[in-house]
Amino acid sequence: MRDESQPALEAVSQNGSSAVATARPLPTNLAVKCPNCRELLVAKDLEKNVKVCQRCGHHFKLSAWERIQLLTDPDTFKEFAEELRSADPLSFVDRTTSYARSVADKRAKTGLEDAAVVGRARVDGLPVVLAVFDFNFIGGSMGSVVGEKLTRAIEMGERERTPVIIVSASGGARMQEGMYSLMQMAKTSAALGRLAEAGVPYISVLTDPTTGGVSASFAFLGDVILAEPGALIGFAGPRVIEQAIHQRLPADANTSEFVLAHGMIDAVVHRRDLRAELARLLRLYRAAETVAH
Amino acid sequence: MPYDLDFERPVAELERRIQTLQRRGERMRPDDRAQVATLEREVQRQTRELYRSLSPWQRVQVARHRHRPQTSDYIRLMCDDFFELHGDRRFGDDRSIMGGIASLDGRAIMLIGHQKGHDIKERQECNFGMPHPEGYRKALRLMTHAERFHMPVVTFIDTQGAFLGLEDEQRGQSQAIAENLLVMARLRTPIVATVIGEGGSGGALAIGVADSLLMLENTFYSVAAPEAAATILWRDASFAPDAAAAMKIGAPDLRDMGLCDALVPEPVGGAHRDHEMAAAHLKAALNEHLDELTRVPTAILLDRRYAKFRNIGVYARPVPATVD
Repeated sequence: MRDESQPALEAVSQNGSSAVATARPLPTNLAVKCPNCRELLVAKDLEKNVKVCQRCGHHFKLSAWERIQLLTDPDTFKEFAEELRSADPLSFVDRTTSYARSVADKRAKTGLEDAAVVGRARVDGLPVVLAVFDFNFIGGSMGSVVGEKLTRAIEMGERERTPVIIVSASGGARMQEGMYSLMQMAKTSAALGRLAEAGVPYISVLTDPTTGGVSASFAFLGDVILAEPGALIGFAGPRVIEQAIHQRLPADANTSEFVLAHGMIDAVVHRRDLRAELARLLRLYRAAETVAH
Repeated sequence: MPYDLDFERPVAELERRIQTLQRRGERMRPDDRAQVATLEREVQRQTRELYRSLSPWQRVQVARHRHRPQTSDYIRLMCDDFFELHGDRRFGDDRSIMGGIASLDGRAIMLIGHQKGHDIKERQECNFGMPHPEGYRKALRLMTHAERFHMPVVTFIDTQGAFLGLEDEQRGQSQAIAENLLVMARLRTPIVATVIGEGGSGGALAIGVADSLLMLENTFYSVAAPEAAATILWRDASFAPDAAAAMKIGAPDLRDMGLCDALVPEPVGGAHRDHEMAAAHLKAALNEHLDELTRVPTAILLDRRYAKFRNIGVYARPVPATVD
């Protein structure tokens, strides 16, 4: 439990065991401006505070590996399907660059093979199959590789009766793989249908942003759906809606708090509590399974 | 029906010449009649030629043609009976998706399809074929109903996409679509989906997870409407024709990729030129697929459907040290 006498947002930095304290430091930028409150933040402090603005609570985006460090027990994450790489099935003709080049470019910049990383791990000692998105890789978009990795993760969860956690951060389907991308929505949802029939829990964690074809498939199919505060969540982003209906939207439209208020998710969870809340849920499901057998 | 698409202009010109000659009526000379016959043959030939090699953007225009037959037209032309069912029992009745129990040559099916509307009034009532969450939830209700009573599900896809509005977000557009994908993947009755016009994004897929996906030959099916894709890729909707070309969205493209199971022929010059013939072709194709699917035991049907979607995707496994 957090010591309530401490300023709430510093709780994690008080906790020396926090996984993110060991996250790779930002190389050059010593100061970072919060995009929400414009406060100039010391990069090191921001890292220590699980990349949440100390002043306004804005949750910065995490890379896939930062997310894995945040959520899993040290050295328990074992990646699989890491060899899968995007092909260019449509020989996509971009107006400015080729799809192959933009994938190669993102690969070099992020050190990732594609927009999702999947693996086995433990959360507070409990086994999970974990999939995390990285928004920096072509907007976290879902093409064939992401769809295949998620499906393998879900199938592994079903086979081994291990709870599945998917942490989304994605603008939706990847345009450059056309209909192959759209069909990944059906593919992942079909796998989740089997997981549900097998009675294995699936926890969906929505982070900034979760929209489009990702929100309209596996992300909103969780047995439990959690979201980080202030994340953009919805089928369409507010700007798209404003364009479509020619109306200004309220400032909180399509945020985590908005979808919670409308009954679409179960809870908004601060990043520093996310791991503990997942562990609580996993223990409750484990207790239920013990009773059933 | 006039040739009113811009790429049909040469044919429209021939039609005008025919009409000018025909206006002479009684005063038509024998060589005028011969000329009319020649021109009519030329109209047929040029139309066939144009439609044989539609560019991606021309195809988009044909698939969106305002006189194209819609779900309600096919129902009227194909079914011996149709009992429409309304409402999602949650919020409302979305007219952009219509559905009900139909009899197709004596076979009871659950027929569900997007409806764009014909005149302005109907178009507004149907929200131009862009469903709200209650539309998808109505479709879901009808599909589980069909499962209970062993009726095959037949869906017709014709939408730009799900509607993007604040109220749609409040009522869970994403959740509604996602749930349909999951339930359709596991539905214990055969499903045949047909793209009859425009297949737009998740709003199309939400009634499109099927054992057989058919496409009318001049239609398209896209991960996002070409305008939306152009905005996402290049921040400018006016590049929609480029997006349509780059994404390979035509019915023949999808068949070549193995995503579409069969093309359904259209009358020369598109389904809008001859609704009856379009409906006859579609009915024959549906009967063929339903005959086959209803013979498959349910467990095998579900395994096949799972495998079908499970295997979609193209990716590479690099050979170490030899590539790149």
